Amino acid sequence: MSDALLSKSWPGFLRPDGRKGIRNLVLIIYTVECAQHVSYAIGHGEEDTHVIGFPGCYDNAYAIRLMLALARHPNVGAVLSVGLGCEYTQPEKIADTVRASGRPAEWFFIQQAGGTRTSVAKGKEIVARLRAQIRRETPRVPMTLADLTVGCECGGSDGTSGLAGNPAVGAFFDLLVDAGGRAIFEETVEMIGLREHMLARAANAEAKEQLAQAYDKAERYCRAVRQWSVSPGNFAGGLTTIEEKSLGAFAKGGTRPIQGVIRVAEQPREPGLWILDSVPDEHFMQFGYTNPNDTEGLMDLISAGSQIVLFVTGRGSVIGSPVAPLIKITGNSATFRAMEEDMDFDAGRALAGEITIPQAGAELAALVTRIAAGEPSKPEQLGHREYFIMYKHQETPSLAAGCRA
Amino acid sequence: MTPRCFQIQPSDNVATLIDDAAPGLVQVLGATRGEVAALDKIDRGHKIALRDIAPGEAIVKFGVRIGRATKPIARGTWVHLHNLASDLDDRSGTLDLHSGAPTDTASAYV
Repeated sequence: MSDALLSKSWPGFLRPDGRKGIRNLVLIIYTVECAQHVSYAIGHGEEDTHVIGFPGCYDNAYAIRLMLALARHPNVGAVLSVGLGCEYTQPEKIADTVRASGRPAEWFFIQQAGGTRTSVAKGKEIVARLRAQIRRETPRVPMTLADLTVGCECGGSDGTSGLAGNPAVGAFFDLLVDAGGRAIFEETVEMIGLREHMLARAANAEAKEQLAQAYDKAERYCRAVRQWSVSPGNFAGGLTTIEEKSLGAFAKGGTRPIQGVIRVAEQPREPGLWILDSVPDEHFMQFGYTNPNDTEGLMDLISAGSQIVLFVTGRGSVIGSPVAPLIKITGNSATFRAMEEDMDFDAGRALAGEITIPQAGAELAALVTRIAAGEPSKPEQLGHREYFIMYKHQETPSLAAGCRA
Repeated sequence: MTPRCFQIQPSDNVATLIDDAAPGLVQVLGATRGEVAALDKIDRGHKIALRDIAPGEAIVKFGVRIGRATKPIARGTWVHLHNLASDLDDRSGTLDLHSGAPTDTASAYV
């Protein structure tokens, strides 16, 4: 890697747990669907303010852990939690947990604040106050690639994703890992057919055991629901089998050893390359789906602490994400030209012979550092903040282990 | 311009089209260089057989088995849902060849 890239530094936002953020956001969290409209209305037009939440009235441990991981994400400086007043999920507990992490946090129930307009006005006043406070008080510190956690998933894949889009990310992930950063990729249901191939990449015996368990669970899950992670658009794009799609998807993992498997809302303990398992665990009642859509996967990667997420698409996509900026990459130059206003990076140039895959990886690393330094990605510029969360059961570690206080 | 296809590993018996191809000559790039005569119209992103492949034989891409041939495949043939099946996904033989749409749930839409 070039020394220039390795030593490239930009100012970040220091959080109380020592992690560094690339954005300084106020996060609004609604605790039931009934509070969703008011929460988005509070966030509407507010700078550096994003919205997440959970639609269910009955709470779910998985969903609460996911929200708390986002609330204490390095890109988040302060939180406002908004409830209706009769749901299970408690906005006061969310605010308390966030405050315990050293961040300012407030909460209120709409039923106690008044109606829609009163609640929106109250919320906007709180957001303005929190934003002013974190802008004033958050320490700025230098960051380098070694301070970054970057997640990647692919969606809307075609024949170019495995040839150029994902290999370009793989080349970047090798650079990031060598620089001391953390790289995360997921979609164990898209590793089906690659059991031995994947286990051979394990960094040690413990990682190998974790990979074997995650793989076997994913295959049992796919057999049970008779749904393999491959869709009509993939077939029309030239992919024929799940095994073929898996190999293309796995290419984004680059070539470095895999340190282990993490679950949703859990952070990689050490630098290096990690796999995120988002498949539901077996439970007395089977519920939760894996990979219901692309946005869920991105939220999983952000919950693991990714300050930036990468999305590789062959057929094209127009999504973005809250909390962490999304960078959209395509291996299909025709898709890049057709959707240039949404696409950040054209890896298809590697197929045309204009650049090599390692060059694409280095270019991508340079783009990641620019976005980390504050340049908005295309989805950020367009205001895309698609968000998705669902009921699921995962035997994830305790909050203390999963999300550092 | 002659349409191009890309072979990832030398052991691959299929290559991926980078351009849309009509029956006729296709340039092979990647692990090996050369030409293959396409027997079918093959769209960009889809696969072409680089060798004759017998029924039951593994289809290899990325140097790894991605499924098995369900009928004899001659060099130059379009390789897709009509002649390649997954070893795992039992629905893969039921999908519409061109759109990839499922056909085994047709009754659910009535």
